Amino acid sequence: MSSETDHDLFADVDLGWEHRKNRIFLGIIFAASMFGVVMLALLLFDVATDLYVGLTEYNINLVDFLTRDGSRREELSGFRGAIVASIMLMVLVTFLAFFVGVGSAIYLEEYAPDNRITRLIEANLANLAGVPSIVYGLLGLAAFVNGVGMGPILLAGAIALGLLVMPIIIVSAQEALRAVPDGVRNGSLATGATQWQTIRNVVLPAAMPGIMTGTILALARAIGETAPLIMVGAIFINRMPRGPFDRFSAMPTQIYNWANEPSQHFIHLAATGIVVLLSFLFVMNLIAIYIRHRYETEI
Amino acid sequence: MSTDVTDGSGPGIRGDGAVGADNATDRRVRRLLFGCAVITVLTTLAIFFVLIDNAASYFFGAKLTEMLLGASVERTVKFTEFFTGTRWAPDHATPGHGVLPIVFGTLAITVGAAFVSIPIGTATAIYLSEYSSKGVRSKLKPTLEILAGIPTIVYGYFAIAFINPMIVAPIAETVFDINMGRYSLLSGMLVVGIMTIPMVSSISEDAMSAVPDDLRNGAYALGATKFDVSTRIVLPASISGVFASYILAVSRAIGETMAVTLAAGMQPQITANPFAEIMTMTAYMVKMARGTTAVGTVEYQSLFAVGLLLFVMTLSMNLLNDWFKRRFQEEYR
Amino acid sequence: MSTEEQSLITTEVQTENTTRTDRPDETVLESRGLDVHYGDERALSDVSIEIPEHKVTAIIGPSGCGKSTFLRSINRMNDQIDACRVDGELYFHGKNVYDDDVDPVALRRKIGQVFQKPNPFPKSVYDNVAYGLRVQGLDDKLDLDDAVERALRGAALWDEVEGKLDSSGLDLSGGQQQRLCIARAIATDPEVILMDEPTSALDPVAASKIEDLIDELVEEYTVVIVTHNMQQAARISDKTAVFLTGGELVEFDDTATIFEDPADDRVEDYITGKFG
Repeated sequence: MSSETDHDLFADVDLGWEHRKNRIFLGIIFAASMFGVVMLALLLFDVATDLYVGLTEYNINLVDFLTRDGSRREELSGFRGAIVASIMLMVLVTFLAFFVGVGSAIYLEEYAPDNRITRLIEANLANLAGVPSIVYGLLGLAAFVNGVGMGPILLAGAIALGLLVMPIIIVSAQEALRAVPDGVRNGSLATGATQWQTIRNVVLPAAMPGIMTGTILALARAIGETAPLIMVGAIFINRMPRGPFDRFSAMPTQIYNWANEPSQHFIHLAATGIVVLLSFLFVMNLIAIYIRHRYETEI
Repeated sequence: MSTDVTDGSGPGIRGDGAVGADNATDRRVRRLLFGCAVITVLTTLAIFFVLIDNAASYFFGAKLTEMLLGASVERTVKFTEFFTGTRWAPDHATPGHGVLPIVFGTLAITVGAAFVSIPIGTATAIYLSEYSSKGVRSKLKPTLEILAGIPTIVYGYFAIAFINPMIVAPIAETVFDINMGRYSLLSGMLVVGIMTIPMVSSISEDAMSAVPDDLRNGAYALGATKFDVSTRIVLPASISGVFASYILAVSRAIGETMAVTLAAGMQPQITANPFAEIMTMTAYMVKMARGTTAVGTVEYQSLFAVGLLLFVMTLSMNLLNDWFKRRFQEEYR
Repeated sequence: MSTEEQSLITTEVQTENTTRTDRPDETVLESRGLDVHYGDERALSDVSIEIPEHKVTAIIGPSGCGKSTFLRSINRMNDQIDACRVDGELYFHGKNVYDDDVDPVALRRKIGQVFQKPNPFPKSVYDNVAYGLRVQGLDDKLDLDDAVERALRGAALWDEVEGKLDSSGLDLSGGQQQRLCIARAIATDPEVILMDEPTSALDPVAASKIEDLIDELVEEYTVVIVTHNMQQAARISDKTAVFLTGGELVEFDDTATIFEDPADDRVEDYITGKFG
């Protein structure tokens, strides 16, 4: 063995092909990883150029766009009604889904015994998260729009969206509650506080930043949802809704209407609407990130 | 965490007076919160009920509830026609009730999208978990999360304003000499594929990162390359999580609505031509909802028959996922 | 450690040593001035050592003294750690393994390793042992069958798993899993086997089986074993290296000398339990 010289020490091991295989593989998976990034860049680039062309060649005025309601005539069409409707939807969804969602999470994490009913609720939650959003729209259509006779009003859309994001709020709130150390709970219980006093005074305040972050992200999901709103009849309404019982068209449904029009002018209105919608999402994500960072260090 | 404090017995520690009132509050709150949790179960039951109740009137001419009140049952649409017919036009003057064309549309989109998202998502997961440096990873992961957070309507716009006219139509014209319309099956497959990449990559990567380093080191010490370790150790060891991500992506593609409606169109047909306009089940539902469909008409009822079928398809995917997770738990501790 | 135990070790060392003295010392691994840093932290400091062929070399020392680091620097498993920097030289048959033209993958096919915690792959017993061979391109079924049986016999595991080669490696007991890992390491016929506290996660019976196995392995391979168990080092090794805190190699000599008459006072203190 020791008679081997430096040179032929690894002579019996030919790794040229193995390393080439490894490099080829790395090349392929790196290219695949970049595919998603390239598509995202293309998407944003496409929307941005369409916005630019809309502003320059189709003379879309941003101020007019934000202060006018929709119209059959493309040069008069704006986004105000849709923006107001989306904001109203978000407020209603928050009222409908936040308290029930956080309440369910508290029950499941803090109170629920480990029995079949609890396991059923948990399994059902996982299943609800996999139900296509359009099915929530069907539920809204049959149960609220026609069932109780609401008609295609904003409240019906808010209920459909609220039910849709409820599982998301519950799961994120559960995670936030789980992150609160048991020592905190035991400390409170040991002073003679009841379960609820412990939750209200100690657990919930500690979990609140996490719950808020999860709720904002769930609302960001709700504001971009289109299919459930179309199902409950939020379409072809150009004016601003006057309240939760008025008919409406929200940002995504308005964008859908415009994108479906054959006229190029409408296509560029859709691009402009998408920029507004994405700006909303961007701001909501920033707030969520801010809350997460702001309170992360304090716990 | 549920400790029952009401059973305290012995001198001076019985639950009475102020403590009793606190405990009563605690019990009330507990019941209230339980009620909140039950709402989620009621939602599922309501979905089931609404879909079945309305679909019944499509097939039997009366809702379940109406039947219970004594409405007569007639076979309006036969199951055999529904499941085997190849013409779907419930809203036509001479209606066709064969659901196959729109089931074909949904499945074609789903399979095509899987051909995009599964290889690319899996490769991305391997790159993130095994190859990428910390720096690249900390940029690539949030970028893919942005891809996952973009609303589906924006993807639909991307398809109709970019993918179809700029990518698919030129290929159809230059390579196959086909003149294409605004919609195509292929652009639907592509856009749904792109949308579902982040689901596959992030869930698969979680599964791969959970593989203990012991196993990797064991293989490296035997003179394995990164390629060997990735494909022979990490991928097999994380296969159940990786498969779960595939099932989720497929389930998502089946229920996807806005992107496919804007990308693939509203023409129910069974075709092998990827440049043709097709219609998915969800696109049909959008078409019906956009029209002035009156309650009680066959068109309105068909909405729920299709919805029920869609719900059953995604539900079975979710149940398959549950079963898979239980059956193939990763063996390592 | 009591004086009774001390004398027990000494006698054992003597009986062990008589069996392997006939072989001439041929150096297979040699480090010169080896320094290893993890970031700013120094893990090994100026280590120079010559490890003889077909001998068991034990590396002992207190926790955090760099024993495992030294082992990982031999087959360049340290490459897996981003912040790790190696200076100095480490020769394998006279070739510095840190030269640019040395491929760590090829190196690890010559130098196998057994880890502290048994780490069988979540595959069948057969596939575990065949893994290294398949990675190296062997796929003939008969050759593989042959090599797997030979490796399992070599690891004294064949009789226990003969009928269940298809069952998962994770279904074996801890001691069997570790012998499976040894079989996996010797299946590819390396020259050196590095063992990083291979018995510390095992019960005493399983551990003694591994020790017996090491005694047999050294007929064909060179074994370098890191252990925190001094009796074990005394029982099974021919040479012993003592590392102390700071990653410094304090003394390296015949095991008998180290345990009976160490040159360095700190080693004597450590051996007799006054330190570390």
